[in-house]
Amino acid sequence: MSLLKSAIDVRGVSRIFTGAGGGAFKALDDVSVSIRENEFFTLLGPSGCGKTTLLRLIAGFDFPTDGSIFLYGEDIARLPPFKRPVNTVFQNYALFPHMTVGQNIGFGLEMLGKPKTEIAARVDEMLRLVQMVELKDRKTSQISGGQQQRVALARALAPKPKVLLLDEPLSALDYKLRKDMQIELKRLQAETGITFIFVTHDQEEALTMSDRIAVMNKGNILQVGGPRDIYERPAERFVANFIGETNFLKGVARPSSNDKLRVDLAAGGSLYLDPVEGVASSGDVTVIVRPENASLVSAKAGDITGTVENIVYFGTDTHLHMRLKDGAGFLLRKQNISGSALGIEMGQVAGIAFAKGAACLIKD
Amino acid sequence: MASAAQVSERARRQDIANRWLLSTPALFILFVAAIGPLFVMLLFSFLVKGDHGDVKYWQFSTQAWFNVFFQTDIFDDTITTIADAHVSIIWRSVKLSLITTALTLIIGFPTAYFISIQPPKWRDLLVFLVTIPFWTNILIRTFAIQQVINNEGVINTLLKWSGLTTSPVQIMYTDTAIFIGMFYVYLPLMVLPLYASMEKIDFRLVEAGYDLYANRFQVLRRVIIPLVKPGIIAGSILVFIPSLGAFVAPSLLGGGKNLMLATLIDLQFGKGANWPLGAALSITLLVIVMVVLLFYVRNASRSGGASAH
Repeated sequence: MSLLKSAIDVRGVSRIFTGAGGGAFKALDDVSVSIRENEFFTLLGPSGCGKTTLLRLIAGFDFPTDGSIFLYGEDIARLPPFKRPVNTVFQNYALFPHMTVGQNIGFGLEMLGKPKTEIAARVDEMLRLVQMVELKDRKTSQISGGQQQRVALARALAPKPKVLLLDEPLSALDYKLRKDMQIELKRLQAETGITFIFVTHDQEEALTMSDRIAVMNKGNILQVGGPRDIYERPAERFVANFIGETNFLKGVARPSSNDKLRVDLAAGGSLYLDPVEGVASSGDVTVIVRPENASLVSAKAGDITGTVENIVYFGTDTHLHMRLKDGAGFLLRKQNISGSALGIEMGQVAGIAFAKGAACLIKD
Repeated sequence: MASAAQVSERARRQDIANRWLLSTPALFILFVAAIGPLFVMLLFSFLVKGDHGDVKYWQFSTQAWFNVFFQTDIFDDTITTIADAHVSIIWRSVKLSLITTALTLIIGFPTAYFISIQPPKWRDLLVFLVTIPFWTNILIRTFAIQQVINNEGVINTLLKWSGLTTSPVQIMYTDTAIFIGMFYVYLPLMVLPLYASMEKIDFRLVEAGYDLYANRFQVLRRVIIPLVKPGIIAGSILVFIPSLGAFVAPSLLGGGKNLMLATLIDLQFGKGANWPLGAALSITLLVIVMVVLLFYVRNASRSGGASAH
C-alpha cells in the first residue's frame, strides 16, 4: 500500500457552514482519505452526506474550515480553482451555451495559453476519444444529453488534469445510456491513466465502476475499500444497509473453541463465526446475511427456519419474504432457472441455509 | 371523412376570424396612435411652411429637408454651406446618448451583478429599490438634480465648505449637466434588463470557467458577458433611444444654449414656427435611431447568437 503513490491526500478536513440564524452545520467532520494515483475512486453516500462538499473542496469551489488537501504533496486547499491542475465534470454538464462543442473542449487549453495549433490538435484528439468528431461545430444546445455528457468529459480531460472529478455525471441519463456511459467512463479512465474521483449516490454504479469506494454518511467516511470488501464485509450497519440488501439477525455471542464465537440467534439456531475487530465477543450482537447467500432447504436442515409470507417474481430471480420465529423479516433471493419450479408456496415453513462464510458479525 | 374535414376547416377559419376580431382594438390604437402620426410627420416634412407656424397644405417642397443639412447665406442665396448648427446638435445628441449608454452600462453592470448574487429575499428588495425613481415624475426628478448641481446646490456647497474651491463649479447649463440628468433618469432602465439576464445565469457555468483555468477577468469576459448579452442589448436600446430623444434633461439642465435634437424639434414647432423643418428633423431622429439599432443588433447577434436565442 505504501508503494502506491497517492494523488490526493485529504487530511483532517472539516467544512462547517454557518447558517443565517447563527446555526452551524458540519458538512464534513475531520475527514481523512488517501486517493491513489490512477485509481477510479468513488465517494458514495446518500444526499447530504458530504460527498459533493468534499469534491468541491478538492476542485476549489469551496474552502475547508480546517485541514489540508495535498495534490502530489502540495497543499492546494486554499488555492483558487483556476490554479489547480484538477478538472470537473459537472452534474448538469455546465457546458457553455454560447460556444460550439469544439470551443467548449478547447476552452481550458485556451485559458492555459496554449498555442492555437496545439489546441486544435488536442480538441480533435478529444473528439475522437469520445467519438464525437462529426459534432465539433454544433452548438451545445443542438446535441442530446448523452452527447453533452461526452463533451463535458472531453472538455475536462483536454487540459490533461492530474485528477478528474466527476459529480454524479450519469444521474441525468436514462437507464440504458447510463449503463453505456459506465463502461465508457471505465474505458476513458484506462486509456488516459488519469485518477478519477467519482461522486454518486447509486451503490450499483459505485460497485461496478470503482477500484475503491469510500462510503460516507453525515460528514464522515465510514469505510474505504474495494467493491468486494465493502459489499461482503461492511464495517457497520449503515454501510451494509446502504449497499445492497441485507438481512440483520439479532443474537447473543459467547466465546467458543477454535477462536470462533458461538452466536445463538434470536430466531433460533446457532452459528460459529469469526470474531470481528470492534465487535464485542460476548453479549448482544448483530449478524448479517445477504439475500443471495441464503437458500431454501427442508425445515430441519436449515440454519434457521421461517414461514414464506410473500413471493415476488423479478425476472432474473425470485424474492421470498420470510417471517422468522422471533418475528423478524428475512429476505431470500433465489435465482430463476427456466423450466424449474420454485417448489414452495406461501404459508409454508422452510429451512434457510447460509452459504459458507456468508454470515458475519457487524458493528451496530 | 369529407364532412369532418370541412367542419375542421370551417372551425379553423372561424378561429382566424376571431383572432383578427380580438386584435382589432390593439391594431386600431397602433395605427391611429403610432403609425398614422408618423405618416403625418413625413407628409409635413415635404410641405411649405405656413407664415405663423402650421403648413400650407398641398404645396409640396423639399426645402425643409434641404434645411436639415444645409443653410443658405442670408445675404447671398447662391452660397450654401453645411448647416453647422444642426450637425453639431445632432452630433451632441448622439455623443451624449452614447456616453450615457456606455456609463449606465459600466455602472449598471456591477450593480446588476451585485443584486443577482444576493440571497433571494435581498434580491427582491434591491430590485424594488431600483424601481423607486419610477414612482416620481421625470420633471420632478430632473428639478431635484438641478438642486444638486446648481451653483448653490449640494455639490457646490460641499466643495466650498471643504475648502476645495472658493467660487462655484459651473455644472448647470453644460453638456455635463445634461449627461448627469440623463444618466440618473435612465440608469434603472439599464439595471433591470441586465439583472433579468444575470439572474438566469447558471452559476455552475461560472464555476466551470474557473475550473478550466480562467481567472476572474477571463470568466467575466468569456463566460458572464456572452451570457448576459441579451440583457446588455436590451438595456442599451432602452437607454440609447430615450436619450437620443431626451427633452426634459436638455431643457431644464442644458438651458437654452445646449440644444439636443428634441429641444431643437420643439423649437421648430414652437418659437421657430417652421413645422416642415421640425417634421424633417423628427424623421431624421427616427432614422438615426433605426440605423444605430440595426447596426447594434446585427453586430451583437453575430458575435453572440446562441445567448441571444
